[in-house]
Amino acid sequence: MDWTTILAAGVTSGTILLFAAIGEIFAERSGVLNLGVEGMMLIGAVAGFAVTASTGNPWLGVAMAMLAGGALSLLHGVMTIHLRADQVVSGLALTFLGTGLARVLGEGLSSAGSIATLPVWTIPGLSDLPILGEIFFTRQSVLAYVGYLLVPAALFWIERTRPGLHLRAVGENPAAADALGIGVYVTRYAYVFVGGLLAGLAGATITLAVSPGWFGDQTVNGKGWIAIGLVIFAQWSPLRAALGAFLFGAIFRLILDIQGPVTLLGFVNPFTAGRSETFFLEMLPYLMVIFVVILGSRTAARKRLGAPAALGKPYVRGERGS
Amino acid sequence: MNLHLEPRVDAPRWFSPVMTLAAVVFALIVSGIILWFVGGDPVRAFVHIAEVAFGSIGAISDTLVKATPLILTGLGVSLAFRMRLWNIGAEGQFLLGAWGASAIVLFPILPAGTPGVIVIPAMMVAGALAGGAWGFIPGILRARLGVNEIITSLMLNYIALSWIQYWVFGPWSEGGFQETKTFPPEAWLPRLTDFAAQFPILGGLTVHLGLIFGIVLAAIMWVALERTRWGYEIKLIGDNPRAARYAGIDIARKILIVFVISGALAGLGGMSEVTGVVHRLQDRISPGYGFTAIIIAYLARFGPFRVIIASILFGGLILAGREIQPSGIPAMVQGIVLFSIIGSDVLVRYRIRFERHLVTT
Amino acid sequence: MTSLASAPIPALEARGIVKAFPGIVANDHVDFDVRVGEIHALLGENGAGKSTLVNILSGMYRPDAGQILLDGAPVTFRSPREAIAAGVGMVHQHFTLVPSQTVTENILLGLKRPRFLLRSKRSEAEIGALAEQFGLRVDPGAKIWQLSVGEQQRVEILKMLYRGARILILDEPTAVLAPQEVEELERTMRTMILSGHSIVFISHKLTEVLAVADRITVMRRGKVTAAAIPAAGTSKADLTSRMVGRAVIEMPERPPFQPGPVVLSVKDIHADGDRGLPALRGVSLDVRAGEIVGIAAVAGNGQTELAQVITAMRACRGSVTIGGVEVANGSSGHAIALGVAHVPEDRTGVGSAPNLSVTDNLIMKRYKEAPVAHGWFMDDPAARTIAEDLRTSFSITTPSIDTQVRLLSGGNLQRLILAREIDAGPKVMVAAQPTRGLDVGAIEAIHRILFERRAEGTAILLISEDLDELLAVADRVDVMYEGRIAGSFPAATADIHEIGLLMTGGG
Repeated sequence: MDWTTILAAGVTSGTILLFAAIGEIFAERSGVLNLGVEGMMLIGAVAGFAVTASTGNPWLGVAMAMLAGGALSLLHGVMTIHLRADQVVSGLALTFLGTGLARVLGEGLSSAGSIATLPVWTIPGLSDLPILGEIFFTRQSVLAYVGYLLVPAALFWIERTRPGLHLRAVGENPAAADALGIGVYVTRYAYVFVGGLLAGLAGATITLAVSPGWFGDQTVNGKGWIAIGLVIFAQWSPLRAALGAFLFGAIFRLILDIQGPVTLLGFVNPFTAGRSETFFLEMLPYLMVIFVVILGSRTAARKRLGAPAALGKPYVRGERGS
Repeated sequence: MNLHLEPRVDAPRWFSPVMTLAAVVFALIVSGIILWFVGGDPVRAFVHIAEVAFGSIGAISDTLVKATPLILTGLGVSLAFRMRLWNIGAEGQFLLGAWGASAIVLFPILPAGTPGVIVIPAMMVAGALAGGAWGFIPGILRARLGVNEIITSLMLNYIALSWIQYWVFGPWSEGGFQETKTFPPEAWLPRLTDFAAQFPILGGLTVHLGLIFGIVLAAIMWVALERTRWGYEIKLIGDNPRAARYAGIDIARKILIVFVISGALAGLGGMSEVTGVVHRLQDRISPGYGFTAIIIAYLARFGPFRVIIASILFGGLILAGREIQPSGIPAMVQGIVLFSIIGSDVLVRYRIRFERHLVTT
Repeated sequence: MTSLASAPIPALEARGIVKAFPGIVANDHVDFDVRVGEIHALLGENGAGKSTLVNILSGMYRPDAGQILLDGAPVTFRSPREAIAAGVGMVHQHFTLVPSQTVTENILLGLKRPRFLLRSKRSEAEIGALAEQFGLRVDPGAKIWQLSVGEQQRVEILKMLYRGARILILDEPTAVLAPQEVEELERTMRTMILSGHSIVFISHKLTEVLAVADRITVMRRGKVTAAAIPAAGTSKADLTSRMVGRAVIEMPERPPFQPGPVVLSVKDIHADGDRGLPALRGVSLDVRAGEIVGIAAVAGNGQTELAQVITAMRACRGSVTIGGVEVANGSSGHAIALGVAHVPEDRTGVGSAPNLSVTDNLIMKRYKEAPVAHGWFMDDPAARTIAEDLRTSFSITTPSIDTQVRLLSGGNLQRLILAREIDAGPKVMVAAQPTRGLDVGAIEAIHRILFERRAEGTAILLISEDLDELLAVADRVDVMYEGRIAGSFPAATADIHEIGLLMTGGG
């Protein structure tokens, strides 16, 4: 098992989780929990695939995927921001709706076979760096490079700009933000929408870059939920989210690679492809998420940090005084 | 233009149930529209659903068969949700219950030939224990470490599936196929059709004992929730955990107990499906019962008897939905129904006014 | 009190303001004005309409009728932002600060510049200079949660000054301050009016109002009962009668002090607060049967944690005994069984379950025993009977005992909580800020109940930020500062200044 290959593949498939997780970070930092990531990713995946299959243009597919995810997220936005519905339930409903819609729209698509995919780049110069060059800059999808740029951009936006200051205020103390004239509703809608766009992009990354093709529900297979777990692990920081995403990406690749060799660590490999023991390997990512979420909760408890203070609560402007 | 929500103070008692019903009707209409959009014929589709689900004694029987796992899982989910414990893992708990029950005959734990009077209860216990154990994990993580139970219970769904797949494709695989061998007859839950010899009218009706489990458990749950101290405590924790703590309730313990019971109920659902319907273990044993149960729990507003009604409704939908093209329609309908219920909930809690001026109270 | 208060056109004026809410007319044709360089106090009890008026002046609400004039010209504020832009800024009673962000970040919130990039060092220097100018001592780089309440208030004031507010409205600014911090605030106010600012401050504390204000307006039940009278020309008694419509507030008759044996004994308690920092550092006190011990402390000095330790809601090291039985670190159920009653500070937080009915809330302490429960099962009719009885005897106004508690008014919710706690015939009562935010009638009722309990032999620990209340109600006042008892005084001979000194760490 070649570790550089595994890590490189980790970056490729980790990009999916990265987009979804950063999108959710934006939404949650404004105070809105959106559990519908899985549904939005599926919609993005099927929209991206369908549009690319019919137009032959994968960029158009990406754009439509993002819009599809964004549109779905607005439904959640209206429910939770204006109508003050419970954010958990609305997110679950979004997952069901997105999953169902994707299934419906994806009927008959799986036979579409191979389609135009997004370009794969190797960056000259950077790809010659030892180890890092091979992992990050050699034969990666263009979307991976987008991901590399997204992380520092998101970090900069949140911590160092005025809009980022307002975002954080809305998520921590919306009453304070409101009193100073910041539009709490507008801010929340905007960032929920951004979350939807990025979730849609994550879905398109699957069907147009990482594993081209439409495989029904199996296409996303829980990655949306993993992304949500990653947000907790990342303690709402884009950088930690990226690291977590790449780690999980590597795990997905590792699962496949372990099924290859005849011997593993000196013992006969029980996980060779075709044997039912491989199902235990498939548990690995999900076990990791549980582990990672436990870690995240304990860090938060220890450092008394944690979620944006207003996460999950609808904002209602002031009580009447007298 | 501003949307303004005012708490509704004087709603009559019939308001909430009527709104829930309206939500379902609304959802069906929207689904019909989408179906028409995609090229189907909504009216024919709904008529077909009604026929397939309720059009004859046989149809009703089939619907009840589909409803049975929903009732059990729905009861489990309702219980947890009452306490604002988001048990999204009912699907996994269902699967583990199915596995646990199967283990009795497939390991085997009880030797072949053991009479049904012993095997069936053993399978019930095993199913409940296995499901309960699967509920214990997110329960204790939440109770002791404050870990978000949504993520943990949900991840366990995927892990449960892999677990079942290992057994079904591996040690228990029947001739290399993707299912186990058929259970011996003593491990079959009695069905109405088993008595066709004495009562010919029952021929072909596959309703099985699991339905009785569901009804009895619903009744027990109703009593427990409405008439016991335990139920009061759950109500209190669900509304305000800090007040509950103040009143001396051990919240961590309650969380654990409720999660385990919730899992056990879903596990019983799995057991009843495996012993009452398919009589073998398959990895495709659940077409998403655990998730449908969530919708059912909301539709029923967590009331045990309403769960039964909602389960029958969805049982019919799932039954008929197998024949509808495109196949994603039932899943989509579920999402629309849930959104409609949430929306109707808003209307029940608030009056909506549209106001011209921006500054309001 | 000298001032530059002589300009003929008021800086800010309200004419004929009318504002109604469902069921109540909060402002009934109110006129009000404040001049350049003036401190104008707005006085009235809870519910008089003061907050509504200033919310209108600061752009938070829109009046149903009437006009607002800025420097003589009519204006309409469609939002607080517009008001602030016009120079009218308000510091609310409950601070609108983001705890996890710094002072500078909070002050910059909502502004137009810097437009995109935040340069914290430069902004911090600017804000530091502004603070210096007005004598407001605060560290621009500190995070809000690290600051004391007084410092947070300074940040709120700076927020407004940074935005160029000329007219500052302070809503009950001294409610959370110790006497020494109040004096510092008064000094700050005088500095501000010297540079041409105007201040409107709301209070219900007569001493402060008379000490600081140039003119005073009194409101009662939505109307102005004393319009802009000069402070020099009035007295406490006069103001009181205009506030409540009666000459003097009657304190209920206090029966003689005949305490029994020690019931509640707190010995050397150490406990940590929510943030892991020590909140109680060796607190000891005793309360006897039939005695009311008051705890005087500024918010955040451990009194909340003390209440929690006694009611077994927080872990601690040390001992808390009720009638000799150890209660500390046990379950709150155990404490309840031993006769502890708790009227919490946070009525809607810990104190009640908002979506449950009045009945369900009233039986919260008794649901495990007869007659409400027999074994596992609950007796609904019995519960309802108890609820009806309590509703009558404590005058809880509610449409029915099935009404959801979130629909109750503040005063009625407090009555409900008291009813529930007292109904069990407690041996020890811990009451934290029981009269906060209530109107005079409700406050009197609660004081009367406290005296009744005292006569019945209950040991009462009364935690209050209102020194006047403590001195009037308690038999003895213990001062808490930074988690320790800093001093103990019999109420009859207590000196308010000495207590104030101890509350802020001096003396």
